[in-house]
Amino acid sequence: MIQTDILIIGAGPTGLFTVFEAGLLKLKCHLIDALPQPGGQCSEIYPKKPIYDIPGFPEILAGDLTDNLLEQCKQFEPGFTLGERAETIDKQDDGTFIVTTNKGTKHQAPIVAIAGGLGSFEPRKPPIPNIADFENKGVEYMIREPEMYRNKKVAIAGGGDSALDWSIFLADIAKSVTLVHRRNEFRGALDSVDKVQELKNAGKITLITPSEVKEIKGDNHVTGVVIATKGEDNSILEVDHFIPLFGLSPKLGPIANWGLEIEKNAIKVNNALDYQTNVPGIYAIGDVNTYPGKLKLILCGFHEATMMCQSAYKRIFPDKKYVMKYTTVGGVEGFDGTKKEAPKAVVKAIK
Amino acid sequence: MKDITLKITDREGATHNILAPTDMAMNLMEVVRSYELAPEGTIGICGGMAMCASCQCYVKSDHQLPEISQDEDLMLAEAFYVEDNSRLGCQIHITPELDGLEVELAPES
Repeated sequence: MIQTDILIIGAGPTGLFTVFEAGLLKLKCHLIDALPQPGGQCSEIYPKKPIYDIPGFPEILAGDLTDNLLEQCKQFEPGFTLGERAETIDKQDDGTFIVTTNKGTKHQAPIVAIAGGLGSFEPRKPPIPNIADFENKGVEYMIREPEMYRNKKVAIAGGGDSALDWSIFLADIAKSVTLVHRRNEFRGALDSVDKVQELKNAGKITLITPSEVKEIKGDNHVTGVVIATKGEDNSILEVDHFIPLFGLSPKLGPIANWGLEIEKNAIKVNNALDYQTNVPGIYAIGDVNTYPGKLKLILCGFHEATMMCQSAYKRIFPDKKYVMKYTTVGGVEGFDGTKKEAPKAVVKAIK
Repeated sequence: MKDITLKITDREGATHNILAPTDMAMNLMEVVRSYELAPEGTIGICGGMAMCASCQCYVKSDHQLPEISQDEDLMLAEAFYVEDNSRLGCQIHITPELDGLEVELAPES
């Protein structure tokens, strides 16, 4: 059982900044995120895009903002459960909560802060009529164990980075790799496009464009896919696996069943006070919450995280006296023994 | 500047005649959101960067629309339920020329 003071659901910018604000109050944090890396949308959807409304940064790339937030909070040694989705929450007799992920990892904390953005990212499933019949029987929307493709015939569909990168990776493992895409052009990084071209020239990847997979063949397991190419008859490609990689889309998911008040796909909170939900001890901050006048901006998430941490502190230590300290005055004392502080002014006599 | 009228069919099939301002630098996806014609969280997920296709719509009238950029084209190439008249709403800016535009929102995916 992982134990912490504040359990944060979602490792996007709001969740990461919560670690810093909580750390100033000597509260420890642990983050759960369905994605394999921290950063949320900033790292998953638009890492190379600039943001212009982060106070103090006239322009910053979303990926760099994530790196900075990780750097800013690292002395507070946050724990991470990545690649797992928070599934259930159970309130204990002592008032703490136990949150269990889809892989069974259990986390216990007196405070839960949901910083889940638009929800957890789930693979987008193409509308192929019989695709559901083959899920985990040769159709995988995510590659978890590349070894299972050794000496298998694989078809990958998609035109972005993950389709390109996995085609390259599996070219060395699988018996054959066929990449199917509706355009001749790809949206991925130039390096990846060049590499696929190279592997195609070397006969290690077969490219079928501009085409799409229309149907899946097989009884109990995938044996082939039907490929439609504009202006040509449909053809059947014999494969053991079909991997559609069309990116991820966020879904609120299991959090919707946690007994929290939901409005417009977001969690209602008390914005007049502390961003707490209708369940005391559970807060919702950042894009995942809603209240009159809500703006889904990173900078608003930062503010909400700060207010929420103050309230969490009072909940955990109801009798302790506390006043907010400026970091310039008090410095930043990490849990790792480091201390950042303003340099002392030099006093020197003038003769 | 005056508002223009748009005819938007939502994902449930209901048609709405709505007014959209031409002087607020809005795009079609934002207009749809401002009238809440699709549930929050199901449209405009990437914020309007042509990076998610959640604002895909079918253009039903023959208005002259801005050309499809390569970003939009490649995103549409990975979207589902794409037709010849598919566009990303976030890439269509509201201008006086679009008065009377008719669109239908593509299914959620």
